[in-house]
Amino acid sequence: MTNEPLQETGAADAATPMVSFRKVTKSYGRLVVLDSLDLDVAEGEMVSIIGPSGSGKTTVLRMLMTLETINGGVIYVDGQPLTHMPKGGQLVPASDRHLRQMRSKIGMCFQHFNLFPHMTALENCMEGPVHVLGLSKAEARERSEQLLEMVGMADKRNQHPSRLSGGQQQRVAIARALAMRPKVMLFDEVTSALDPEVIGEVTNVIRKLVSEHHLTMLMVTHQMGFAKDISDRVCFFYGGRIEEQGTPEQIFGNPRRERTRQFLSAVKEAV
Amino acid sequence: MSYLEFLGQYGDRILSGTLVTILLTVLASMLAMAIALAAGLMRMARSPIVRGVAVVYIEIFRGTSLLVQLYWIFFVLPLFGITLEKFTAGFVAVGMNLGAYGAELVRGAILSVPRGQWEAALALNMSPAKRMVRVILPQAVVIMLPSWGNLLIELLKGTALVALIAVTDLMFQVKQINGTTFLSAEAFGTALIVYYVLARFMITPFMRWLERVMQRRLGRA
Ligand SMILES: Nc1ncnc2c1ncn2[C@@H]1O[C@H](COP(=O)(O)OP(=O)(O)OP(=O)(O)O)[C@@H](O)[C@H]1O
Ligand SMILES: [Mg+2]
Repeated sequence: MTNEPLQETGAADAATPMVSFRKVTKSYGRLVVLDSLDLDVAEGEMVSIIGPSGSGKTTVLRMLMTLETINGGVIYVDGQPLTHMPKGGQLVPASDRHLRQMRSKIGMCFQHFNLFPHMTALENCMEGPVHVLGLSKAEARERSEQLLEMVGMADKRNQHPSRLSGGQQQRVAIARALAMRPKVMLFDEVTSALDPEVIGEVTNVIRKLVSEHHLTMLMVTHQMGFAKDISDRVCFFYGGRIEEQGTPEQIFGNPRRERTRQFLSAVKEAV
Repeated sequence: MSYLEFLGQYGDRILSGTLVTILLTVLASMLAMAIALAAGLMRMARSPIVRGVAVVYIEIFRGTSLLVQLYWIFFVLPLFGITLEKFTAGFVAVGMNLGAYGAELVRGAILSVPRGQWEAALALNMSPAKRMVRVILPQAVVIMLPSWGNLLIELLKGTALVALIAVTDLMFQVKQINGTTFLSAEAFGTALIVYYVLARFMITPFMRWLERVMQRRLGRA
């Protein structure tokens, strides 16, 4: 289903963006949070979203995760509309079944981790594979242990979240999301709730994901240095629109828009 | 007659009444918990009809007297062809009444599980039923346990009313003893003590123990 009208290269799947926002609008009452947003993310691309508080960064991720409804426009994931489905040549609101099928392509990590407190680290990771994907306990355990190993949490796998530091919890949360084998990973300020000395543990895991795994990633962050290091592209949000986007070198080295410059210098002063 | 002599003579009847009270309490508690869970969940259902049924149930059973409910179940329902044996009518009335209060505890506890837990469960693509059963309810149980401790003590005390439909519970026995001996202070004094002991030395420690078990499951103990 690659009936994407704006797709100019006639080439098949390789050219279809993994994620595509088409004139997406989101408002709460009269407050317009996202204003006719267009954004494409290619398969395997790492896109960072930066911008001032309230500019709609989190909302972009939450809509992709179907945690928020959208008021206008269409989001496509992997070539298919996310919250709509085609029916008789038109797009109608998606059925639960379609939503669940689409959601299976997306994983998300939150600012406050949101691990399940009544489960150990390992159980947190196994929960989705066993109870959503229907894997056997043994398969799920193997997969989860590998991922916990990857995020450096294998030795703590039998601990409950209350016994783990913020950095450790966030690493488990990343493993938990990856255990579902999503195609797209969303990170919403995953280091913002952490003490400065443990931020590195989490950013190193994300670095590893970027270098070793072919995942499409969208990351909202206030850590400009990190965004500069690992992103393929940086989007600067302002007032619910993308004010400017480009390579990290361009955005951080040579921002074209006044608001980008102001924001970056304000952030620099705060550090 | 000394109090010891009193106990010697009527101890058997007091004991058998106490056992009936304990049995009533256990059965009514189980019924109350089942009803509370069902009504609490229905109260939050998407369908307005399902929600409405739960609201009406909760309103009726919280808004009217337990004694009147007991008489309805025992004396009026038979007119509609539903006849319950008096012991059954007794624990059903108490369980249905306290279940209505419990429903609000269930609902409150579910609502106070942090939003992030729902969102994380949705992000893992769990179905609504799985989200509730695997993620939300286990945490809601921990939140509502202390309030259930109080509710179960209310329930125990509520069971004394079933003596009025001649279920041979503790209250029924001491009333009988009082009626034949006029030893009111001994009879009702013993009842006070037994109800107090059941509440404070059985229900409360049991709930504390449950709370500790639950805390341990959260890795907090
Ligand atoms: N549930 C809601 N109801 C009403 N307004 C909301 C709601 N959620 C978000 N908003 C508003 O939407 C706007 C965008 O919010 P969003 O969380 O996307 O901002 P953000 O860019 O992530 O900001 P921050 O850097 O502070 O996290 C804000 O003005 C916010 O107040
Ligand atoms: Mg945000």
